[in-house]
Amino acid sequence: MEKWANMKLSWQWFHRLGSPRWFYQKTSAWLPWLGAAALLLLAVGCTWGLGFAPQDAKQGNSYRIIYIHVPAAFLALAGYYIMAICGAIGLIWKMKLSFVVMRAAAPIGAVLTFVALLTGAVWGKPTWGTYWVWDARITSMLILLFLYLGVMALSGAFSRELSGDKASALLALVGTVNIPIIYKSVDWWFTLHQPATLKLTQASTIDPSMFYPLITMIAGFYLFYAWVLILHTRGLILQREWRTQWVRELLGQSAPAAKA
Amino acid sequence: MHPARKQRLILVVLLVALSSAAVGFVTYAMRSNMDYFYAPKAFAAGEVPFDKRIRAGGCVVPGSIVRDGSSLDVRFALTDGEAELEVVFDKILPDLFAEGEAAVVTGKLQEGGFVRADQVLAKHDESYTPPEVAESMSGGASCHGDPKI
Repeated sequence: MEKWANMKLSWQWFHRLGSPRWFYQKTSAWLPWLGAAALLLLAVGCTWGLGFAPQDAKQGNSYRIIYIHVPAAFLALAGYYIMAICGAIGLIWKMKLSFVVMRAAAPIGAVLTFVALLTGAVWGKPTWGTYWVWDARITSMLILLFLYLGVMALSGAFSRELSGDKASALLALVGTVNIPIIYKSVDWWFTLHQPATLKLTQASTIDPSMFYPLITMIAGFYLFYAWVLILHTRGLILQREWRTQWVRELLGQSAPAAKA
Repeated sequence: MHPARKQRLILVVLLVALSSAAVGFVTYAMRSNMDYFYAPKAFAAGEVPFDKRIRAGGCVVPGSIVRDGSSLDVRFALTDGEAELEVVFDKILPDLFAEGEAAVVTGKLQEGGFVRADQVLAKHDESYTPPEVAESMSGGASCHGDPKI
């Protein structure tokens, strides 16, 4: 019996987490720290990678685009899981806040995917000799961009907000199959894109003098992503909850005379 | 967990599992079509059609690059460790094209068993090293650019 009471308690924090107001108030204090840490890491990583890391023996200076390309691609993939998992939590627990985070993650992920594709094209011209090829890696990455755009379009296509939430969460969940395909495409098929440089199980094939600025940039991109995601989520919360008492008080407006 | 939530959780897991399986089967069925290029052994085995534009990829065999004296033609051989494929090309090669590096060529397979390419792309490898380090490491036998080749 006591065990059951504990179980109930342990779910309570989870439900409180679902309150947009709680989220908005809790994150206010985090934002300056998160933003400062993200900008600091990005500034250090950029200066280090572009100014102080050595040239590559074969590619010369053009390899330096890795310091944007790889972190952007990392977060484009990781951000998709964040979006899809938020969609799943929203569907299962009917949690409004979770859907809001899912909606907030879609445009950020789309921009990061676009940055990865664009920097890849700019990089491809001097190294491969072409801006674009339809190999498995690049094509699956383009599909990721369309999935993000699809989630954005679908979430806004319904007059009832909840219908848009549910439909786009389903699309986001179905699209998760693309993430391992993108990740493994360079190993499963012959592609023009080279295999992964940063490996989980083996030593990475990048010199330490180039690796440290890269890992700094990846960490900076993670913090930047968290910062932007929270900022965007807060904006969407205000938009959704503008009728409520706490938002009106926050914005310095008087409460509505009659509550709907 | 509330039974209704549990049911929705099962539905979500089923949705992801089934759609992944569907996409997995489709990609498995198309696996050879997902390859960006043929390896030289596919040419040797006669799997490559003659009348279609195809792509071939492999390691540029060291010492195989020969420039024609009277035309812009350059000949080189690609290898995957099992077979070699001769390629003829008459345009500008990309900067990173070199012996011992991987390349992907687009063109048509000719009667003589060689490929006349209209595009040559360099396939660079996944390792990044400063010039000093690269010099001290040089002399590796395997092809850069693709561990599968």
